[in-house]
Amino acid sequence: MEITTGWYLVLGALLFVIGGTGLLIRRNPLVMLMCVELMLNGVNLSFVAFARQLDDIGGQTVVFFVLVVAAAEVVVGLGLVVAILRRQPGTTADDLSALKG
Amino acid sequence: MVDTVVFIVAAAICLTGALGVILARNPVHSALMLVMTLFGIAVQFVAQEAHFLAAVQVIVYAGAIVVLFLFVIMLLGVDRAQNLELSVLPVQKWAALVFAGGSCAVLALLVIVVKEPVTGAEAMGGSATGDENVRLLARSLFSDYVYAFELTSLLLVIAVIGAVVLARKPKNMSDVVTEEGSEA
Repeated sequence: MEITTGWYLVLGALLFVIGGTGLLIRRNPLVMLMCVELMLNGVNLSFVAFARQLDDIGGQTVVFFVLVVAAAEVVVGLGLVVAILRRQPGTTADDLSALKG
Repeated sequence: MVDTVVFIVAAAICLTGALGVILARNPVHSALMLVMTLFGIAVQFVAQEAHFLAAVQVIVYAGAIVVLFLFVIMLLGVDRAQNLELSVLPVQKWAALVFAGGSCAVLALLVIVVKEPVTGAEAMGGSATGDENVRLLARSLFSDYVYAFELTSLLLVIAVIGAVVLARKPKNMSDVVTEEGSEA
């Protein structure tokens, strides 16, 4: 059996779906951030697969930028989580409805 | 043959880790499972000859981001088990089921129907494989995407300042906690 680009795309899509499902079923904001990382990684894998198939380095450049943005997102997200959990210990995502209209 | 074995083993590691992230009751276990997934993805990057990205994946993700997660988990002391059954919004569980089932169904349909997943012209920029990988990536990054590259530095500065502002302890923190504690 030969591994074609389609296999990598299927793996990336599965990682994306698992991450999205986790985002919906988990309540802990930290685990939800980890699920976002899973989704980003699924997309990264697709980008690299396309970059190889089309012989274009641009796909890998995009993955580089995604890594930077993911790092910035985690830093700000964890800062928010620390600030929120310090005020309200043991809170979950469902409790954070202060901005509800 | 070697490629097939590498892909299957690394894919199994990735999927096991991903399922572990969303199913582990303890956030620390979730973070460690995330490391497992990230290493599996790094192996896939190497298999696709994206050597630089594989190194960056291990250094940045496993070395920095997951350590940051673990620091926050330990700092806040939220490393206790979460009851997965406890759900304030039961409709969200059904939404998750519909999302997962629908996505898998669409994916299976695509795998069956589509014979040629990659369409589009091949790039003229040259091969991305072999020892040229880092050189080509650098040339692309510092020529075609140089403005985006400079903007990411700005983004990182903003993120650092934002994190410092958010995580800084207010001077009257004890008052805030006692007020909210008395309300609750």
